[in-house]
Amino acid sequence: MPARQFDALIEAADADGGVEFDGLRVSRAGGEAASGGGYTFVTPEHEAADLSESELRAHAEGSPYVTNWYFWEHEVRRHDSPRRAFLRRAEAADEHAVHERYEALAEGLVTEWGQLRIEATLPDADDGARRYDVRHVADAGRAVDDLETYRDPLDARELAKYDDDGMYRPLKTATNAPTGWAFHDLGWRDAVETVETLYPATVANWYREREGTLDIDHWSDTAERQTGIYGVVEELPREAVEWVAEAACDDSQCVKRREWQYDEDDELAADGGDGAFPCREPCSLVVAAARRWTKLEEEDPREYTFRLTPSEKEQIEGILDAVADGRVDGIREADVYEDANRYRTRYLRAKLFDDDGDLAGVPTDPAEHGHDGEDHHGEDHDDHDEEDHGDHGDDDHDGHDDGDHGDHDSEAHGDHDGEEHDDHDDEE
Amino acid sequence: MSQALVVVAHGSHLNPGSSAPTYEHADTIRAAGAFEEVRTGFWKEEPSLREVLRTCEADEVYVVPMFISEGYFTEQVIPRELRLEGWDVEDWDSDGLSADVATYTAADTGQTVHYCGPVGTHGSMTDVLVRRAESVTGDPDVGEGFGFAVVGHGTERNENSAKAIEYHADRVRDLDRFEEVQALYMDEEPEVDDVTDFFESEDVVVVPLFVSDGFHTQEDIPEDMGLTDDYRTGYDVPAAVDGHRVWYAGAVGTEALMADVVLERAADAGADVSGAIETVRETTRVAAPEADD
Ligand code: SF4
Repeated sequence: MPARQFDALIEAADADGGVEFDGLRVSRAGGEAASGGGYTFVTPEHEAADLSESELRAHAEGSPYVTNWYFWEHEVRRHDSPRRAFLRRAEAADEHAVHERYEALAEGLVTEWGQLRIEATLPDADDGARRYDVRHVADAGRAVDDLETYRDPLDARELAKYDDDGMYRPLKTATNAPTGWAFHDLGWRDAVETVETLYPATVANWYREREGTLDIDHWSDTAERQTGIYGVVEELPREAVEWVAEAACDDSQCVKRREWQYDEDDELAADGGDGAFPCREPCSLVVAAARRWTKLEEEDPREYTFRLTPSEKEQIEGILDAVADGRVDGIREADVYEDANRYRTRYLRAKLFDDDGDLAGVPTDPAEHGHDGEDHHGEDHDDHDEEDHGDHGDDDHDGHDDGDHGDHDSEAHGDHDGEEHDDHDDEE
Repeated sequence: MSQALVVVAHGSHLNPGSSAPTYEHADTIRAAGAFEEVRTGFWKEEPSLREVLRTCEADEVYVVPMFISEGYFTEQVIPRELRLEGWDVEDWDSDGLSADVATYTAADTGQTVHYCGPVGTHGSMTDVLVRRAESVTGDPDVGEGFGFAVVGHGTERNENSAKAIEYHADRVRDLDRFEEVQALYMDEEPEVDDVTDFFESEDVVVVPLFVSDGFHTQEDIPEDMGLTDDYRTGYDVPAAVDGHRVWYAGAVGTEALMADVVLERAADAGADVSGAIETVRETTRVAAPEADD
């Protein structure tokens, strides 16, 4: 045990009330230095009273309870803070006694936070300072040397920006966090900072929830608050909000646990998920998408008549599923048993589209002839509010559509048409 | 009592580079050490404006908007999202250019928030525009024989945005450093498309008053000015246009000295930044010509 730790222990023992922490009790008879009384040293396994300072040192030496006390009370400090609570969680400190924890930390104690794997270790039990390794859960078994390693939490900003295919990730808690890196051998401060950089404000909100003070803004609160181009989202029908939540907030898409509902007394049926940390209000991505859905929902349904074979109907359903589940990129070129296979899809298009691109020759608007898809796709893009307001000067116009190709959520997916797959390479 | 700095910006769902200048300036200030915490928050990215304050432990927070002028975002969106209790734009007592600071309590965190005016209207922004000219020409003394243009959106969407352009153009002119100074706009006269019509000088530096680079500054403006037919093929700096050499600088917000404006905003609002301003001015100085071609 370093001398500064013992000095701190003496000082704390001499002070009013002495030390009482995580099973360790150290105090001085009479309660203060001036009394000159002996020290008491108590742990769950051990008890000694009326000790001189050097006797106390002998007891304290090598005791995990003392280094543990020092780590939490002299290093981390900040009682009732998110960072402390988070670090306590990382070693299940409120459930396990110190000596158990030290044994577990020697091996490495692993917790998960969204797609993050956080391993707390104790390289030097005589010191008690924990070290942390933060990486993607998918990289659990990989050696540090096989990974791109970082030490500076700020590097996590750039890292979190792109998925493994190099696509921009506009939502940090989306399930496409990149793999292949590790923040290794971090001190406690940098460990929290790294996690908060990869998943901003999640520690703060998790802590609030734990304390019973999470301020949830439900859909209706959030929609009402919007102004400018987002003011319209208030008009999105109640049932559509269900679909929004199902589309965007499902565990397969976002690691936050959706706690917001339609409003205070009107819960959504969609599953909020099992994430470790809460989502306290619809995020900006969901609000921006909802703006688009609000406009789309303004259209009235029409009746169209198409003639499709049963397999064609099922193929269209299969394509929808594959796109929605982000499986398109994984479909092999020759796997013509997959509905969303490129050749299968091109064949379907060749067969069903007329020269105007209308499905089965049925115009979208019966009053018009020809393809009018432009009407539905040519609307202004809303990533840049400067369309309405010229003050932000943040030049984020983008002529392209907001295509999210980055989702690699690979849900197991049954063969939709129920037919046997004849390609015997055990893929399905 | 500990103080935190929070730089708030627009961010983007589509453009990964949008947040880069904000991060960079925050890092410069963090390194200067004047604040216990330096955080960034975004309208379109995370932490959101809604949740950025709870990522700070400090009780006293200086919020500086990385926006170019007073308007919808600084007057409505940011105060609302930060839950500034009792926010009233009148408290800034601004003529459209003079917002400095107003102080409130954040309803969700209880922190004292000193809400500052946008970086774009601060006087020291003029220095950044000039510094940008130095960077793009690689000449710390650039001025003689050079014309200088500040480019912005027009009044169409926000009258204050044009005011900011005029304000800085006037201030650069008052420096008497460049031969000619002109404010130009994207959607109105005098238009940036005709840039060379407005200058006698052979060399003209063009600096857009934008916070970050993107569609306008990287595609629109270079094509409109005739630097290139297709932005994807890039353009020369300087580029020959109608017998002039146009030194196109890209968004002023990417200039390292922007960190100074952020700090000045916080200092004007009462933050203790002693020494940091000098450090930042020193560390962001132009060293070598831009590697850009
Ligand atoms: S609103 Fe939905 S998608 Fe957005 S952060 Fe919350 S849970 Fe995730």
